[in-house]
Amino acid sequence: MISLKGFIRRFLSDPVAIAAGFVLLLLILMAVLAPLIAPQNPYDLMQLDIMDSEMPPVWREGGDPRFLLGTDAQGRGVLSTIMYGTGISLMIGIGAVIVQGVLGTTLGLIAGYKGGWIDAFLMRLADIQMSLSTLMIAIIVLAIFQAGFDANTYADYAIIMLIFIIGIAEWPKFARTVRSSVLGEKNKEYVDAARVIGLPARKIMVTHILPNTLTPVLVISTIQVAEAIMTEAALSFLGLGMPTDRPSLGSLIRSGFEFIFSGSWWITLYPAIVLVVLILALNLLGDWLRDVLNPKLRRGDD
Amino acid sequence: MTDAAVTDRAAPDAPATDAIVETRGVEVRFALPTHFLSREKPVLHALNTVDIAIRPGESFCVVGESGCGKTTLGRAIIGLLKPSAGEIYFNGQRIDTMDEATRKPIRRDMQMVFQNPYASLNPRRNVFETLAEPIRHLMPEKSQSETRAQVEEVLDATGCDPSWQRKLPHEFSGGQRQRIAIARALVTNPAFIVADEPISALDVSIQAQILNLMSDLQDERGLTYLFITHDLSVVEHFGTRVAVMYLGRVMELAETETLFAAPKHPYTQLLLDAIPRIEGGSFDNPKPPGELPDPVNMPPGCPFTPRCAIAEERCRTERPELRRLENGAQVACHFAD
Amino acid sequence: MAMLDIRDLHVAFPSGKTTEVEALRGVSVRLEKGERLGVVGESGAGKSMLAFAILNLIAEPGRVSKGEVVFHGENLLEMSGRDIRGIRGNRISMIFQDPMVTLNPVLSIGTQMIETLKAHRRISDAEARKLYIARLREVAIPSAESRMDAYPHELSGGLRQRVVIAIALLTEPELIIADEPTTALDVTIQAEIMALILKLCRENDVALILITHDLGVVAEVTERIMIMYAGLCVETGPTRQIIKAPRHPYTAGLLKALPQFAGRGHRLYQIPGSMPPITALPPGCAYHPRCEWASAECKVKIPPLEEGCACFHPLDQTEAAS
Repeated sequence: MISLKGFIRRFLSDPVAIAAGFVLLLLILMAVLAPLIAPQNPYDLMQLDIMDSEMPPVWREGGDPRFLLGTDAQGRGVLSTIMYGTGISLMIGIGAVIVQGVLGTTLGLIAGYKGGWIDAFLMRLADIQMSLSTLMIAIIVLAIFQAGFDANTYADYAIIMLIFIIGIAEWPKFARTVRSSVLGEKNKEYVDAARVIGLPARKIMVTHILPNTLTPVLVISTIQVAEAIMTEAALSFLGLGMPTDRPSLGSLIRSGFEFIFSGSWWITLYPAIVLVVLILALNLLGDWLRDVLNPKLRRGDD
Repeated sequence: MTDAAVTDRAAPDAPATDAIVETRGVEVRFALPTHFLSREKPVLHALNTVDIAIRPGESFCVVGESGCGKTTLGRAIIGLLKPSAGEIYFNGQRIDTMDEATRKPIRRDMQMVFQNPYASLNPRRNVFETLAEPIRHLMPEKSQSETRAQVEEVLDATGCDPSWQRKLPHEFSGGQRQRIAIARALVTNPAFIVADEPISALDVSIQAQILNLMSDLQDERGLTYLFITHDLSVVEHFGTRVAVMYLGRVMELAETETLFAAPKHPYTQLLLDAIPRIEGGSFDNPKPPGELPDPVNMPPGCPFTPRCAIAEERCRTERPELRRLENGAQVACHFAD
Repeated sequence: MAMLDIRDLHVAFPSGKTTEVEALRGVSVRLEKGERLGVVGESGAGKSMLAFAILNLIAEPGRVSKGEVVFHGENLLEMSGRDIRGIRGNRISMIFQDPMVTLNPVLSIGTQMIETLKAHRRISDAEARKLYIARLREVAIPSAESRMDAYPHELSGGLRQRVVIAIALLTEPELIIADEPTTALDVTIQAEIMALILKLCRENDVALILITHDLGVVAEVTERIMIMYAGLCVETGPTRQIIKAPRHPYTAGLLKALPQFAGRGHRLYQIPGSMPPITALPPGCAYHPRCEWASAECKVKIPPLEEGCACFHPLDQTEAAS
């Protein structure tokens, strides 16, 4: 198990990790502080002026210093919408992973420790779940939801729906990872020692085994956040994700898409760049984390 | 010695009155995983009718090679496994069928030390937490300060430094971890400890330290050990009585001096011959490889027949029971005297 | 000229960005044709390191930082890749502790043996088959022909190790390096395997370097031993003599700690403390913190290996003095 000092040292010695971490931090801060630092509040209808629509970025002809990256079709500043949008994307990503994580870890723990038919049942359930594409299920569910409720209800519940759908669809990944860790730990003698004292199975699972399975969970969490954000972006792009008045990065890309050919390319481009950078940073960090926490790749001085 | 001089078929060692731990007819069978469509259900016989009685204060050693069932026996006695047949007694009470509530107080008195010091301590818990857990679970009446005092006492008794309490297992060497594991086994003041190959994973110079520690603790606290090992030289030095196991059965059971001076079972003799000697010379005659019979499909007679130098037809069909010899040893062989 | 001459071998590993620690700190030993040498030490002493260094198999990031391994006049450490491959598995074979590591689990035994032969010899399949069946018989594997197509996991540990020995002998090597070949085996199987190795080495005049922590095995099988401690050889000489009259305090301590030497019920002799890791070696003699005869000199200077003993106060001298 790597020590905290060793972890920090490894981080500081890897330029990729530092860059990815820095970028991620920046994006998170930007999202969290959006209400304070965004030039405008793009969702405040009082602030919008349709005359401001489709203005190019400030360095181009026709640009306006109020809107550094230009405006979209409704006159909202692209920079501001990106700031708020990143927050929504992150919220959905992290929320979904929390749902996946809790559900998957619990089921994986039970399957691994109990074994037998419970394990078989849960793993077959996981297999079935994994063979159904998340995107496909999400599309079906969201389409039904959208059709069944009016736009306002949809808008209110969209974010929760997305978190839960993506969360529930992806629990098998966590379950499998935790289960294989549990299978490995179950046979170690410290678990025997706990049984010798007579600790009940539940207590052994949670207090002894669970903490020792968390390392792989941490690794896949980062990458799963990236995946959840991408899934949500794809859904939004298809029109099934976040509504246009509370857009995530994906919905922003969508709403700007039709304007690419009419010339206002900045409406799509900048949100797209931010989305790519966010996903890239998360993936790089996740990869780095996997290498650092892998006991077989440890260097002697950690 | 004529047959008449050999005493009766031995009942299990001295009846239960003074034994601290006793097993009667214990069998452990494992069903092997099979294809769900196949008709056969192979069963691994890990323990086949084992009767032993361990007296208070002794170091009862169980020796044998891999597959003999010694670890299974230890685990069955301590409660990690349920025997498929037979009974296990602790201080006269039958423990293998007890429910957890009744067994809990008895767990204070029975503890275990495991073989692998690198796996027997939870890597995420510091030493104090690991040692306090048995007290918290089995002796909930103890207060926080009493718990702390007991942990410190046991650390001191095993040669561990009190500063170790805040540290994690990976900060210690194998020998140190084994001391901590022994401390954990002592923390509830048990009367009986099952030690499953406690020194096999340690370096030679550390083995002596740990053995001495276990010896000292036994003298100070009146402990009874069930010492499981494959190393006969340790048994000779440390054990009071020895049971030699082969394929789930006890082949010979005797006082240590008796066994080493005059081993009666052919397997015991083979084991003793195989020990490399400092004076040399025992490896000069290569022997053909011993074929171990299949523990799943055990032949009816004596399990040692394929490797036995004095085996006869009778051995293939009739299984010898443990019988008591004149010198006090019990041997499972048709021809021992 | 000795068959194998290891001169002042140092193996180093990087520690942090700029420093290195040495796992072997200057080991020298000679081996004659057909001679059996035991290398004894505890884990971390460097004995496996020595074995790998001989065949230039030290894996990155470690490296041989100094010294030579001269085999029949040629330095193995400076050979080209092609030349050293002609030596490994051919003129010098290695046997490891875990046969499942040496044997490829997805190939049958027969295939692996043919592979070994054909790697070093121009030989037809039929010829190779005859050769290795003969070898398998030599290592007393029952029904050798039918075992040919067996996979390693179908054999017991003892049989697997016999197959490994057979493969090691296939190419009629001059030297076998056996790294803890029987540590993982039961004691009766160990006796069989060691007796087999001993017989084959004697009959075929093959030299043996046997690496182990087990003094008993070494006493039975080897003619000379070297005791390793913290990357250095601390004592070397004829096996019988060293065991009867060890001169280095560590050797004496190891022997005294064996249960065979303690009276029944008496405490075992224990060497206080433990071997320091190579990253935290004390100055001077690495053993001095545990040694009851350590003097001021021992704490600052590393004793050179003289007359087979690396100690400023070898036991025969201290006893003579007292």
